[in-house]
Amino acid sequence: MEKTISFKLKIWRQRGPKEKGQFKVYEMKDISTDASFLEMLDILNEQLINAGEEPVVFDHDCREGICGMCSLYINGYPHGPATGATTCQLYMRRFKDGETITVEPWRSAGFPIIRDLMVDRTAYDKIMQAGGYVSINTGGVPDANSIPISKEKADLAMDAASCIGCGACENLCPSRPISAITVNGISIHHNA
Amino acid sequence: MWLIDSSIGRKVVMSVTGAALILFLTFHMAMNCVALISGDAYNAICEFLGANWYALVGTVGLAVLVLIHFVYAFWLTLLNRKARGRERYAVNKRYDTVEWASQNMFVLGIIVVLGLCLHLFNFWYKMQLQEILGTTAVINGQSISPTDGAFLIRYTFSQWYYVLAYVVWLAALWFHLSHGFWSMFHSVGWSGSKWLGRWQVIGNIYVTLLVLGFLSVVLFYFFKSIF
Amino acid sequence: MATIDSKIPEGALAEKWSNYKAHQKLVNPANKRKLDIIVVGSGLAGASAAATLGSLGFKVKCFCIQDSPRRAHSIAAQGGINAAKNYQNDGDSVYRLFMDTIKGGDYRAREANVYRLAEVSNNIIDQCVAQGVPFAREYGGTLANRSFGGSQVSRTFYARGQTGQQLLLGAYSALCYQVNQGNVELFTRCEMLDLVMIKDDKGKERARGIIYRDLVSGEIKRCSAHAVVVGTGGYGNAYFLSTNAMTSNGSAIMQCYRKGAWFANPAFAQIHPTCIPVQGDKQSKLTLMSESLRNDGRIWVPKKLEDAQKLQKGLINPNDIPDEDRDFYLERRYPAFGNLVPRDVASRAAKERCDKGYGVNATGLAVFLDFKYAIQTFGKQVIADKYGNLFDMYEEITDVNPYENPMMIFPAIHYTMGGLWVDYELQTSIPGLFAIGECNFSDHGANRLGASALMQGLADGYFVLPYTIQSYLADQISIPRFSTDLPEFEAAEKAVKERIAKLMRINGKRSVDSIHKELGHIMWEYVGMGRTEESLKTAIKKLDEVEKTFWTDLRIPGDAQTLNVELEKALRLIDFIETGKLMAYDALNREESCGGHFREEHQTPEGEALRHDDKFSYVACWSYKGEGKKPEMLKEPLNYEFVKVETRNYKN
Repeated sequence: MEKTISFKLKIWRQRGPKEKGQFKVYEMKDISTDASFLEMLDILNEQLINAGEEPVVFDHDCREGICGMCSLYINGYPHGPATGATTCQLYMRRFKDGETITVEPWRSAGFPIIRDLMVDRTAYDKIMQAGGYVSINTGGVPDANSIPISKEKADLAMDAASCIGCGACENLCPSRPISAITVNGISIHHNA
Repeated sequence: MWLIDSSIGRKVVMSVTGAALILFLTFHMAMNCVALISGDAYNAICEFLGANWYALVGTVGLAVLVLIHFVYAFWLTLLNRKARGRERYAVNKRYDTVEWASQNMFVLGIIVVLGLCLHLFNFWYKMQLQEILGTTAVINGQSISPTDGAFLIRYTFSQWYYVLAYVVWLAALWFHLSHGFWSMFHSVGWSGSKWLGRWQVIGNIYVTLLVLGFLSVVLFYFFKSIF
Repeated sequence: MATIDSKIPEGALAEKWSNYKAHQKLVNPANKRKLDIIVVGSGLAGASAAATLGSLGFKVKCFCIQDSPRRAHSIAAQGGINAAKNYQNDGDSVYRLFMDTIKGGDYRAREANVYRLAEVSNNIIDQCVAQGVPFAREYGGTLANRSFGGSQVSRTFYARGQTGQQLLLGAYSALCYQVNQGNVELFTRCEMLDLVMIKDDKGKERARGIIYRDLVSGEIKRCSAHAVVVGTGGYGNAYFLSTNAMTSNGSAIMQCYRKGAWFANPAFAQIHPTCIPVQGDKQSKLTLMSESLRNDGRIWVPKKLEDAQKLQKGLINPNDIPDEDRDFYLERRYPAFGNLVPRDVASRAAKERCDKGYGVNATGLAVFLDFKYAIQTFGKQVIADKYGNLFDMYEEITDVNPYENPMMIFPAIHYTMGGLWVDYELQTSIPGLFAIGECNFSDHGANRLGASALMQGLADGYFVLPYTIQSYLADQISIPRFSTDLPEFEAAEKAVKERIAKLMRINGKRSVDSIHKELGHIMWEYVGMGRTEESLKTAIKKLDEVEKTFWTDLRIPGDAQTLNVELEKALRLIDFIETGKLMAYDALNREESCGGHFREEHQTPEGEALRHDDKFSYVACWSYKGEGKKPEMLKEPLNYEFVKVETRNYKN
């Protein structure tokens, strides 16, 4: 049988980067525990739209834990209390009936708030464009197997490359959010 | 300059000055332990490290190191706070994996500095400073030779409130150094997935021995004054 | 009716691309600097094209709907990328990859394009390794491969379950390099809203720019160039529930279509067999479990109907059913390929079982994918190493441990093979407008094989478009840059603003999502996995109703002149409704079953797809005829000169 819970949502609302923001509290009733956190926010937005209010703005895209678009500081944890999962992969069964769930945007000067829970992470792009790239032009490269690379090194490289660029690591070190969460399964954003 | 402009550079300054201070503490602790064996021997060292030019140069150098470490700490903390932006997190849960000390280095540092002031007043003010000025300190109407460190130890640690203050100070020092030791190697890049753990273990042992050395002198003279 | 020139070069199949490159027109380096190119989209195709064009010296303006090119949905591709390297010495070759792709596409793709794709596939792997993409390796240090559906060789290169991510980061890195060099200008959080066409001195209309909306400020802006490239992905979100990302949309395709570009084979949508089944009506998207799971998992439903019914009621556990009562229907029906049949075949087989009542979850719309046997053979550790992250993800979503219980899977919309019609040069029917990646129709025919989407996106972006676009631009070198103050831009911007104002004026009662769900429901129900003449006619009728609802009952809160997510979604939704209708028209017209398009009237006695090559061996190109008018269909015949067209056979 489908289980449902009811709870209070305390969400940060802020019109623009310069404006002052504050928490707003919304009552959520009978939310399925099988819903993802973002689907729960969709339900909230549907309610807000039906009431003629503006929906809560938050970043999200792939909803399968890889694009790094979703963020949110939920109940004091980046991407919520589940370890090794992004907000889009967080399910409501993690929460208790009657609980108050606090939802905040990343709070970092490097990620200014655009609106509500949406923040600007172009700082990462700037780092990449300033020299974080590999200087290879298309074509004229050697055969892929011409330089053997040991499995250990390839695995290490893969570990390092699996950062999804969501910015969650800023909660530990807002000045240097460079070591970040990785997707599904392995996560280091909780102890970066 | 990169030691000022880049965050890595600033951390390197913290780490190098920190390393120098740990070395100083090691010598200081070794010297203190002599007082456990013989007061006269201790005084001989005091005499040796009096108002001589090499001791003075050492003192000034030390003061500069402390100052740099202190200023950079202030600066880094300020930058960290600024990086957080206008608003702080309303709800924030820390993870067990993050050392308590690493988040409280600044507060611990302040305690260490306050303890240092007390310590300077208790000893340095009555010893090296007096010697430089050519005067002598007076305790209970009795003038004290600037090189009679053994007497000052006996005197200071016979008073329970000083003992308590020193224990708190040393505890803060332990926390501060337990994080500082390994992160100093981390900052200069002498660390990695393997060595990080090793430095942490080595650091904990080293710092514990260091602090125990200081503590033993304090407690030894305290109990000696009671019994 | 216009004859369609697909500009296929002369010569033998294997020589066409070399011949083309040898004789094509090029632009010299000094002139490249004088030419602007707009690239809309920054996924694998868009980013690789923008980076390559930039490195050649063109001035590129690249538009990205998210905050960074690294967010594009190419990032979510899990399984891998195909290439005909034959590193495994198992008999692979360019020709075999070409044949597999043609056959996998159910003989509805253009031979020359597919052969070129197979040819450049090897260059892609070299390029990506040079960029530092950490492909999986053998202990000896050479690249590892795995097998994938629809082929009998191991030719898929992969980086754990995150191949798309790693390839995209490679392309993103190349793009950032060109941004640094000043050759590419990046426009993030910007969405294209219309194509701008300008007549040349001979009166021929050419694509010369776009109108776009800055999603943060809400401003409508203009951008001009000598050529426009769209690489905006597919239109699978017309179904609301799909494996696409939330912002994936087909609006750029529709904007080009309305300006005269043909929309080819819209009915060809791929349904991926291994997705997590739908739970509840609040679900916003479907999560894909990588096809690579079919390498080790065995798909089954109960043999006995009563067991299935008990499972549906939750009375028994799947592990209670003994092996002899399990129906491994893929292995039973297709002994040669077993669980590794192509996606369309696997999806249809799952639907067939569920339609007969053998579905295994509460809704009866799921089958099992069981790892019990693989764990028995290889041990839990080996399976955990291979699929650990996927298993964790599955458990997080469903609360079921797949090491102990079989996974439940069900087909879902995943990829659209149809898209903007392009010729051999990837140019659409509008001069100066090019389409790359999923948003064109060219290489996958009626069904795409696994690990081929990454291959096609990167082939188009790195190795095809940068050549072929020069053939168009070579004539344009004397044309100065365009001002965005031209009356054509003025008019286009006005039209866009009016469209937005019209949307804001509706002021009804319903949210965009609620209407989108309605659309998705109709699409899945009537234009989904099994289509009939009747269902498609019903769909067209119902889609008209949805469109009416949209224009009378939509509510967009807030202001159009600022960030407004609901407005963004509404603009995309109205295009999805139109796309849905086109899909229904196309599906109705194509009275045969092929690949992802299955007309229930046209099947063999065993329930396999039945093609009618005599009547439908063509690309259906839909041409816009004005608002509210039925589009016209043009045919590009598919003449197979080199391949013998056969019935697909995965049985033996």
